[in-house]
Amino acid sequence: MAHDTHFEARSQVQQEYYRKENAAKMRSQVTQFAIMILLTLVAFASAVADFAPNFVKPFVLLLAGVQVVQQLYAFMHMEDKKAYHIGVISFFMWGGALIAFTFFLCFLTIIWW
Amino acid sequence: MSSVAQKKGFGAQVWDYLTTVDHKKIAIMYLAAGTLFFAIAGLEALFMRFQLMFPESTFVSAGTFNQLLTMHGTTMLFLAATPLLFAFMNAIVPLQIGARDVAFPFLNSLGFWLFFLGAVFLHLSFFMGGAPDAGWTSYASLSLYSPGHGIDFYVLGLQISGAGTLISGINFIVTIITMRAPGMTFMRMPLFTWTSLVSSTLILFAFPPLTVGLFLMLVDRMFGANFFDHTMGGNTIIWEHLFWIFGHPEVYILVLPAFGLFSEIIPVFARKRLFGYSSMVFATILIGFLGFMVWAHHMFTTGLGATANAIFAVATMTIAVPTGMKVFNWILTIWGGSIKVTVPMLYALGFIPSFVAGGVTGVMQAAAPLDYQLHDSYFIVAHFHYVIVGGIVTALFGAAHFYWPIMFNRALNEKLGVLTFWIFFIGFHLTFFLQHFLGLMGMPRRVFTYMGDQGWDLFNLISTIGAAMMGVGVILLVLNVLISIKSEPLNRRDYWGDGRSLEWALETPLPFYNFKQTPLVRGYDPYWIEKQEGNKEGMVYAEPVGDIHMPNNSILPLIMSIGTFIAAFGALYSPWGDQAIAGTADSVSPGLSVGLIVLGLGITVGAMIARSLKDDLGYHVHVAEIEAIEKDLAQYRATGKKGGNK
Amino acid sequence: MDLNTKFTPQNWPEHAEQATMEGKNKFVGFWIFLSCEVVLFASLFATYLALKDSGPAGMDLAKYSTKALYELPLAFAMTMILLTSSLTSVYAMYHMKNFNFKGVQTWMGITVILGLCFLGLEIYEFYHYVHAGFGYRHSAFSSAFFTLVGTHGLHVIIGLVWISCLIFRNMKRGLNLYNAPKYFVASLYWHFIDVVWVFIFTVVYLMGVLG
Repeated sequence: MAHDTHFEARSQVQQEYYRKENAAKMRSQVTQFAIMILLTLVAFASAVADFAPNFVKPFVLLLAGVQVVQQLYAFMHMEDKKAYHIGVISFFMWGGALIAFTFFLCFLTIIWW
Repeated sequence: MSSVAQKKGFGAQVWDYLTTVDHKKIAIMYLAAGTLFFAIAGLEALFMRFQLMFPESTFVSAGTFNQLLTMHGTTMLFLAATPLLFAFMNAIVPLQIGARDVAFPFLNSLGFWLFFLGAVFLHLSFFMGGAPDAGWTSYASLSLYSPGHGIDFYVLGLQISGAGTLISGINFIVTIITMRAPGMTFMRMPLFTWTSLVSSTLILFAFPPLTVGLFLMLVDRMFGANFFDHTMGGNTIIWEHLFWIFGHPEVYILVLPAFGLFSEIIPVFARKRLFGYSSMVFATILIGFLGFMVWAHHMFTTGLGATANAIFAVATMTIAVPTGMKVFNWILTIWGGSIKVTVPMLYALGFIPSFVAGGVTGVMQAAAPLDYQLHDSYFIVAHFHYVIVGGIVTALFGAAHFYWPIMFNRALNEKLGVLTFWIFFIGFHLTFFLQHFLGLMGMPRRVFTYMGDQGWDLFNLISTIGAAMMGVGVILLVLNVLISIKSEPLNRRDYWGDGRSLEWALETPLPFYNFKQTPLVRGYDPYWIEKQEGNKEGMVYAEPVGDIHMPNNSILPLIMSIGTFIAAFGALYSPWGDQAIAGTADSVSPGLSVGLIVLGLGITVGAMIARSLKDDLGYHVHVAEIEAIEKDLAQYRATGKKGGNK
Repeated sequence: MDLNTKFTPQNWPEHAEQATMEGKNKFVGFWIFLSCEVVLFASLFATYLALKDSGPAGMDLAKYSTKALYELPLAFAMTMILLTSSLTSVYAMYHMKNFNFKGVQTWMGITVILGLCFLGLEIYEFYHYVHAGFGYRHSAFSSAFFTLVGTHGLHVIIGLVWISCLIFRNMKRGLNLYNAPKYFVASLYWHFIDVVWVFIFTVVYLMGVLG
């Protein structure tokens, strides 16, 4: 599809707004990063602290789940509704996750030899 | 690329095919390679049937028989059915959605070459110390201790060709999602495109477990790992799970495009809109989803426990529901139609009862208690051949007749086609119908011979006669293809006269860019709509004539694939495997083994880096050139004088 | 696509990585590929979980078990490094949005350096285990551990080679609509490596030391 795309130049005001918006987004990314670091610290701390393993295991798994969602939606921009075919993409990602879950279920329950 | 090129020499043509990224040419290569491996695997089947024709026969030895049955299954599924379906997907899907090529033409070519070289690698085993002999499922305990390099060839060959299949799968998903012409919404896509999409999705999710399983087998056999070795804490059941997590969806990967092909054939020859289009789409997606939730029904007798067996039994039976929806939709499409019984339609009509028979025996085996009786008997063999031959092979043969005019601008002979159909169809039922009863009488599968006078002799004899008839059918089909090469070019659109979807609106021979202008799709069955409105051009356009952007050809895919091919030999003769250390398998020096691996992977990675460093922007076909090509084609169609473009 | 279009920060499109047909295809295709990687790693994780702590009869569990082997400080350091490298590649993408090519190259370079540190620690860890007698052929447990973590390590290596090639190939070219998707997709890959690592440090190390 060979139509020459024309790229609209932003006006000075628009450009300033654009840069500001990008900077704001970047700040929120850094916040997300801080939360991730915090979650990691909590996870490691709860593993070394002397809590009951039956509590810690589901807890750290939950923290991992939160972190992964953060990675996917904030860092990898899956939250961007305007991205190209992002609906299809999330369908595939979550479909893959669902299938992956059945593997865990199976390998942890019906392999016992 | 000059438009009015001269007739090319043989060398130039070979080079053209080695470097091509054109989906139509890749389709032809898939078709040729698939047919080759189909013939090889068919020959293997005939050898097995001749061995089983009489009790206590000595036509082949037990060891050879094991190799034959392993290679027959492996080749048919991975190297014949898959590429043949890819051939039609490549040839037809871009035309159906109004695209000029696939989303990643380079990857399309890479996928083909990986598949082909992996397949060649696997077949080299025959000449290099014996083929794999642990069945196409290659269950771990058996395959771990299989002497020689057969299993190593299996693992490495499938790893390479599996990577190719995965790449092609991703390519088709993206093509169908992003390359649709304006107006071609998801719910206007022809059923073949839909089934290709779902089947590619299954490839996407099913091949990684196979890759992992094969990799674990590879390191177990060649580098001393212990995944499946129970003396070292390993667990052979893991292989079974990984294999069937892949293996069951694989069945749907193959059969869904076959369903799609019949969903294209039936409305054309019933001259009626496909009945229940949206339910067909829904059923396709549902089958795809459920296909992932049932793998353990292959392992009922492994001893997973009653709960697991019950869950998987119920899940398996539910698949019959969407499949039944499809069958009824086909029947209702035919119902009340003005039916034209051509060769493709004959295959479709033969397919419905055959496939239903295979499906019904499938539901029987889904009942776990009954499966304990049927497991590993000829009943299973009969069941899956009814599904695969009755479903997929009939689809492939029917589609070959159906789409030949578009792919080659020639038609296959109808009379010979009808004869082929009947010989093949009768042979197929003779071969496999009686095997149900052989199974019920207790004949186990995968045995190389049996004692006489158990009531199996006659049925085995008839089965072999049927197999020979199938062989004759295939030879007739190949003959038909050869005859068609010499036949008159068609130079027309809509060969069958009742085409409905976009591919029939195109006049053959196609220019390499398919569509001079991108079409605008105004509804389901776009060509039918245009015909109804008397549009002589067959389509309306979404854009004026403009420059067309096309991808560059490249030799790099072939080089990358050759690299993996070389590296595979390094791994094959690894001196670190348990068998090599014990001295029961030949190996090479560590230096040579590592050297080959490094050399091969070096070639592959080097080619990738070369690809990355260069800007590959493709080229533009300018309006003047397009006009020249179109004029050239029009002249060719009118006078039969060859211009440059085929 | 025309490489000669000269861009300025003013006319650089907001979603440069999705501004061309090729870019869009690459974007969708790469995400689809990542969903296939999810399943690939799930298979490896599931295998690891089924085989952890299992070895030949009489394997010394006081020496060769998840509890005895894994050391959390090292895993913690690796986690921090990799998480930070994820942030640095976000910075690179931020600069790409603002058409700041130097920023892109610098932050991608930092990502590579952090990735190398991570890889160094991983190699040290493996070396340490092998030295302790826990080699690849030691048991089913060792094979599963090295295969799972090693596959992740292989992804790190591929990512490093890839990003380095990108930095190198574009040094003279600057940013354009042809290589913007390349950077974007490479950063997606790098984030995905981090996603996998989050599960590795949780499932393998944290849950491992808990027994």
